[in-house]
Amino acid sequence: MDRAAVETRVFGVLRWVVIAGLVGVTLFPFLYMLLLSLRPIEEVLQNPGQLWVGPAEWTVSTYREVLTPAGSGGQGFLRFLGNSAMVSIAATALTLLVSIPGAYAVSRLRFVGRRQVHFLFLAVYLFPSILLAIPLFVLFTRLGLRGSLAGLTIVYIAQTVPVSIYMLRNYLSTIPVSLEEAAAVDGYSRLQTIRKVILPLAAPAVMANALYVFMIAWNEFLFALLFLVEDRNDWTVSLGLAQLSGGIEVSKTVLMAGSVVLTLPIVVLFFAAERLLTEGLTAGADKG
Amino acid sequence: MVATQPPSTASPAAEAPRGKRPLTRRQQENRAGLAYLSPTLVVVLVVVVLPILWTVMLAFQRIRLINLRRAGFFGEYTLANLKLVLSSPGFWSSLWTTLAYTIGATFFSILFGLVAALALRGAFRGRTLVRASVLLPYVAPVVAVTFVWEIMLSPQFGIANNWGTRFLGWDRPIAFLSQREYDASLFGWHFDVPLALLTVIAFEAWRYFPFAFLFLLARLQAVPRDLEEAALVDGAAPTQIFRHILLPQLGPVIALLTVLRFIMTFNKFDDVYLLTGGGAGTEVVSVRVYQFLTARFDIGAASAQALVLAFGLVILLVVYLRFMAPRVEGEED
Repeated sequence: MDRAAVETRVFGVLRWVVIAGLVGVTLFPFLYMLLLSLRPIEEVLQNPGQLWVGPAEWTVSTYREVLTPAGSGGQGFLRFLGNSAMVSIAATALTLLVSIPGAYAVSRLRFVGRRQVHFLFLAVYLFPSILLAIPLFVLFTRLGLRGSLAGLTIVYIAQTVPVSIYMLRNYLSTIPVSLEEAAAVDGYSRLQTIRKVILPLAAPAVMANALYVFMIAWNEFLFALLFLVEDRNDWTVSLGLAQLSGGIEVSKTVLMAGSVVLTLPIVVLFFAAERLLTEGLTAGADKG
Repeated sequence: MVATQPPSTASPAAEAPRGKRPLTRRQQENRAGLAYLSPTLVVVLVVVVLPILWTVMLAFQRIRLINLRRAGFFGEYTLANLKLVLSSPGFWSSLWTTLAYTIGATFFSILFGLVAALALRGAFRGRTLVRASVLLPYVAPVVAVTFVWEIMLSPQFGIANNWGTRFLGWDRPIAFLSQREYDASLFGWHFDVPLALLTVIAFEAWRYFPFAFLFLLARLQAVPRDLEEAALVDGAAPTQIFRHILLPQLGPVIALLTVLRFIMTFNKFDDVYLLTGGGAGTEVVSVRVYQFLTARFDIGAASAQALVLAFGLVILLVVYLRFMAPRVEGEED
């Protein structure tokens, strides 16, 4: 057999090995998280190596402890879920509101400084968020915004707007300009054109974008830690979970139940819209 | 272009009209562009650019949390913070740790992403599902996944150590996240492995390979099929096709990914903080900044430290883009 035939056969097998390995490596931690959260802690400590136990031994007491309000002896994650949802939804809506006109301007309009805008955006990524954290901590303390969900929302907007504009711009540049010219001939103003012509066409990209911003806001940890840690009522789920691990009498299975509660909404959302996200995030990347 | 309409509703009307002459199309467009972008500019300026400038200022003043109220533009400027940071024990080692962590994580996340993209390139039943599950580490919340890793690797009740001692014949559990050096021996050679650092790098590669995978897969699918088919007809082996057809096409994307991953990992805080708290030889600079800030309340020193981090990154990037990058494209507009 020649080299090509040998290699084709080897890689044909290797490919399936790699695929199986990938699925295993990526899914196993999540499966482990879920299975551990359902087992009583005593049983886990006796038998740490066992992965699967029968449904008969499953317990939901861990979830009950995590979700019960703090006043009734639980961890109050329901409230944290509400906080996270509020911040993430607000950040998503406002980011889109800011970035859609911005992306339109960058992709379609010629204005002074258009080429320099990228440098501004680069600043967001070049400087570590820990560097922004110090002055923002000071600034928000003075404004009385620290410890408020509104303050956190503003930070998330600033963190996501540049990528959001970049993603949308790539998509907008694929929409033919002639459509807009036709709309202009019909007497649409620029804003009307955006609302009635561009937005419906860009809906997939806008959706993908919304998902991306929501994900970033939901998962964020550092700023939540710095701004909100003082008042338990304001905690987001990520922060609540991180603080939970510092507690002494909190068992690892409860911690895993909290992790599941934190992860589940994002995973459900992701699987519901996976196609949108993967296509929207990399639109334009294939142009090299 | 869209220019036949009357002045758009969004253009700022505040500016005084210039005589009687109406605005040219170009001026209108200019105004509309700036107006549409202005919310973005305001947010980015207030929440990103001003804080950065402020950090620069803070870095050159002696400021602690207690005397923060007095801090202003006209404070006493001094180089004391920089001197303190650069000469403090552990600074240089943490810079090296950051560099090792960043290079390792960038390299492995792109490598695994490439392998995954090549494996998942062709169509097969259930590919969409596999592709989605491969992306999970990247979309899942960092706090949740770091906890799972911590518990999996725990020496007391972690599944890794349990299986390792049971099936792989380890003599004792390995503290993956809290052991600085692991005395390994291979073929009679003894050497120290920076265990916790490697574990953190492995975590980072696991969490971010989907990011590289996404970009590489998108690019792979855009490679024209006829090139490959022609090579196949000529009897080219898969490795040859990869080396001579796919790799040149992927080059620019890999270069871009290298820059992106490098920047993001270099500045990363939460992963290391949540996994090890910066202990056991994993103290990267961003975790150090956090500790200056929360343990010593020394805002000046923390700012100086953060500034050194950003400066180091800029230098590395300039060097990379200038000398090593295989022509990063996609910068054209």
